[in-house]
Amino acid sequence: MKIKELILDPIIKDNPIALQILGICSALAVTVQLKNVFVMCAAVTLVLAFANMGVSIIRNHVPSSIRIIVQMTIIASLVIVAEQLLKAYVYDQWKTMAVYVGLIITNCIVMGRTEAFGMKNGPIESFFDGIGNGLGYSFILIVVGFFRELFGSGKLFGIEVFQLVQDGGWYQPNGLMLLPPSAFIIIGFITWLIRMKDPSQIEESN
Amino acid sequence: MSKKNDTLKTVTVAGLLCFVCSIIVSVTVVTLRPQQAINAELDMKKNILMSAGMLKKGDDINEVFSTIETVIVDIETGEKVDMDVDSFDQIAASKDPAQNIDIPADKDVGRLNTRSKLAKVYLERDESGTINTIILNHWGKGLWSTMYGFIALAPDANTIKGFAYYSHGETPGLGGEVDNPKWKSQWVGKKLFNDAGAASMMVAKGLGKGEHQVDGLSGSTITSNGVTSSMKYWFGPNGYEKVLANIKNGGL
Repeated sequence: MKIKELILDPIIKDNPIALQILGICSALAVTVQLKNVFVMCAAVTLVLAFANMGVSIIRNHVPSSIRIIVQMTIIASLVIVAEQLLKAYVYDQWKTMAVYVGLIITNCIVMGRTEAFGMKNGPIESFFDGIGNGLGYSFILIVVGFFRELFGSGKLFGIEVFQLVQDGGWYQPNGLMLLPPSAFIIIGFITWLIRMKDPSQIEESN
Repeated sequence: MSKKNDTLKTVTVAGLLCFVCSIIVSVTVVTLRPQQAINAELDMKKNILMSAGMLKKGDDINEVFSTIETVIVDIETGEKVDMDVDSFDQIAASKDPAQNIDIPADKDVGRLNTRSKLAKVYLERDESGTINTIILNHWGKGLWSTMYGFIALAPDANTIKGFAYYSHGETPGLGGEVDNPKWKSQWVGKKLFNDAGAASMMVAKGLGKGEHQVDGLSGSTITSNGVTSSMKYWFGPNGYEKVLANIKNGGL
């Protein structure tokens, strides 16, 4: 497979959230503010790329009886590294989302890719597969975050777009958008739109 | 491959992997720690200054902070205690059995269980030495976490000059909005005590107009209640009452 395909395919054609319906939990948790979305996406993409590469490097030496825990160990170490980096360089963002950075460990996309791709392909392909899936994840999160922040708090990146009623403006914020279930609804719409464009993604009904 | 070899290989791979991963993690943690410590200290100073509204954009945090005097006081008596201010951490002390006391359950409105005997007070004075601002630590339980913050008071020890949390684990976008500058700015000018002298500051949905109320945060009743009860505790008889009285009488 070509590197270009590895990077671009997971964005629409094989999106980890919209097609594979993985990693939903963090998509609900961090999408209230776009700033957090970007920090989270960067962290997930890097962890995904390096975890996939790391697993791929040692894939031929890992006994299958312990392969899951081996992948977990690599992922967990990388998440700790990512969290420490955030704490050192973007302290303010780290403070607002500390718990969720740690929860990247439990993001199904990371483990899903290391198991499905990293264990079977070379390190370079695996690295770019990680980047691609990270971008696919980021794409959905940014869209969700955009709508949630705009309609939930009238802002984008913390900058006021709609002036809220409580600040003397006209916009009555949509409380649902501040709550996690709204991310479900938006992801539902995105999935629907993608599948309308590309009916091959629709699962066959039994 | 024999079974023994299999086991041996499994153990070796697991051991090696753990070793490599632990090296990577420890190296990262150790090399980044000084930077993180600088961030944390600067952040604390920034929080203290911001809670009092003393920090403008572009100000050097260390320079502004040098105008602030740090004092250790005894919560029981309100008197100043002579000790090294840098080595005292009020939050750590409140968890240390040698330095804390239990709060009687019936008086523990903030559900804090223990408090330190001493407290750290930050005072900003003008040129003549009169106190301008009193900044105090406060914390209390929210929904998920303990929320830590500072509150800045005018010299009458009643009017609020600023209020802020610097550390909490509340839900981003909901309870996490205790960080929201707009919400925090509502606190400015409110009065801690009512005419009878009881701590009356509260977070109340829909009542945010009075002298003692700020608006509740939508979708976070428990966090809001936590803020209210921590205010009740810290400015009640078990909290800073004596300290504030002593400051008002010019004891510091």
